[in-house]
Amino acid sequence: MDNLTNLTIEEIHGALAKREASAEEIARAHIDRIRTDDPRVRSYLSTCEEKALEQARAVDRQIAAGEPLRPLSGVPVAVKDVILTRGLRTTCASKILENYMAPYDATAVQRLESAGAVILGKTNCDEFAMGSSTENSGFYPTHNPHDLTRVPGGSSGGSAAAVAANLATVSLGSDTGGSIRQPAAFCGVVGMMGTYGRVSRYGLVAFASSLDHIGPFGRSVRDVARTMKVIAGRDALDSTSADISVDDYEKSLDGNVRGVKVGVPNEYFEGLNPDIRANVEKGIKLLEKLGCKIVPIRLPHTEYAIGCYYIICTAEASSNLARYDGVRYGFRAAEFSGLRDMYRKTRDQGFGPEVKRRIMLGTYVLSSGYYDAYYLKAQKVRTLIARDFVEAFDDVDVIVTPTSPIPPFKLNEKLDDPLQMYLADIYTVTASLAGIPGISVPCGKLPGEPPLPVGMQIFARYFDESRLLQVADAFEKAGGFSVS
Amino acid sequence: MALSEKEVFYVADLAHLDLTEEEVKMFGPQLDAVLEYVQKLSQLDTTGVEPMAQVTHAAAENSSLRDDVSKPTFTQEEALQNAPEAGSGSFKVPQVIDRE
Repeated sequence: MDNLTNLTIEEIHGALAKREASAEEIARAHIDRIRTDDPRVRSYLSTCEEKALEQARAVDRQIAAGEPLRPLSGVPVAVKDVILTRGLRTTCASKILENYMAPYDATAVQRLESAGAVILGKTNCDEFAMGSSTENSGFYPTHNPHDLTRVPGGSSGGSAAAVAANLATVSLGSDTGGSIRQPAAFCGVVGMMGTYGRVSRYGLVAFASSLDHIGPFGRSVRDVARTMKVIAGRDALDSTSADISVDDYEKSLDGNVRGVKVGVPNEYFEGLNPDIRANVEKGIKLLEKLGCKIVPIRLPHTEYAIGCYYIICTAEASSNLARYDGVRYGFRAAEFSGLRDMYRKTRDQGFGPEVKRRIMLGTYVLSSGYYDAYYLKAQKVRTLIARDFVEAFDDVDVIVTPTSPIPPFKLNEKLDDPLQMYLADIYTVTASLAGIPGISVPCGKLPGEPPLPVGMQIFARYFDESRLLQVADAFEKAGGFSVS
Repeated sequence: MALSEKEVFYVADLAHLDLTEEEVKMFGPQLDAVLEYVQKLSQLDTTGVEPMAQVTHAAAENSSLRDDVSKPTFTQEEALQNAPEAGSGSFKVPQVIDRE
């Protein structure tokens, strides 16, 4: 076969079964491509070529021995560098963890490997997953494969760009306020966040624990559905993982969405880039043509979501990141006088500006005298935002919105204005606060050269990932990824 | 509202961050802009609304508890492998208690 890097999982398995390619050849093709193309995209922070080839050869031996293929046998995957991989460096794209070697695997990683996946390496992201452009990486920014002068989105920008540039078949990212869905939209791939609790976070470095998720990227809905099925489900090592059975998601990909009620919230179609709006409206028209019933709905507390989100996520971050003190792991400042000064200098030198900004903001909103006005208030507003969705889902099966109000922006364009960067998360933070599942799928391109991808977002009820994937897959099959 | 430099230093101190003068000058107005923006929430009447700390799903009582049995865990060597300074099987820290 001439091209082994643009295959779907089914195509990889077809090639393996017919002996048209070995898992080792597929892994090697990806390693070669990373060597030639990633110096421009910079999606990876580190690669593990020897380990990948070993894993691939193990798959080939199993095939030779007549063993059946497992769900991800021989599938090359990339893992965001906030997810622990035993024996590989896990830096969170932060200088403070530059040399951290994970002593254990995240449950999601362990499940990928048990399913036969071949791990190629660790992908770039905003430091500790804090950002919307991957420019906050402590090492270097990632570039959007569709236009190298633009950002890939963030924080899982490396995982999105790697899949978009055929440098991995699928990848894992993490999503706290849109960090899978927004880069998926910016890079023209599929990115999914399950219901809060659907995927174990054991081994995900904590940013904001009441909002953090692990989820997959892929170039097709089916690849994402399969990866999601592998990583989802109860894990005794994460007490917040839900003890609710996992559907066979691929069974729901029947292309039949006749009669599915699709809610369209007006609040998500105001004040955005007009071309993005036009594309998503065409996407909705396509769903209607497939037999979906389009229902206008209201999500009245949407305008409060950014304020609510940035109070809660920074408060939780300030607490979670207190552990980086230069004692048990990571960087320690070279010069200091006494223990307290060691903490202070270590943290100031080890963290980048966005992480410090968020720690400061979170510390402020939790501090004595401000707790009620900020943190407690935000938690109450969170209740109202979640309630909006529960009420909307009385009438509809899914909700469709744009993923981002703006197209992929130029590198450095927004770096000096954190508030503007935060406001770009308006359509993704809502589902994070409510805990419902969401997916972003490609929805055509913007006019202009080079054409930039647009993402359409779909939400579903708690634990109704099957419905979410069914609608996304029907949209893909009907040509929705390239609406025009 | 305007966050004074003194307040920025106070918050940095609570967060154990030894910010430089330049950082304080940069963060002050940026934090101010965000705090001013989030004031928007005060427009909403939340009387009688319960705060939401976590998304919770119906589950059996005690479902997150495990049996109280010991299991193998990291060796001392594994636990110390990432320490910036270790010795005698322990993490090393600067002197904490002053000797008179």
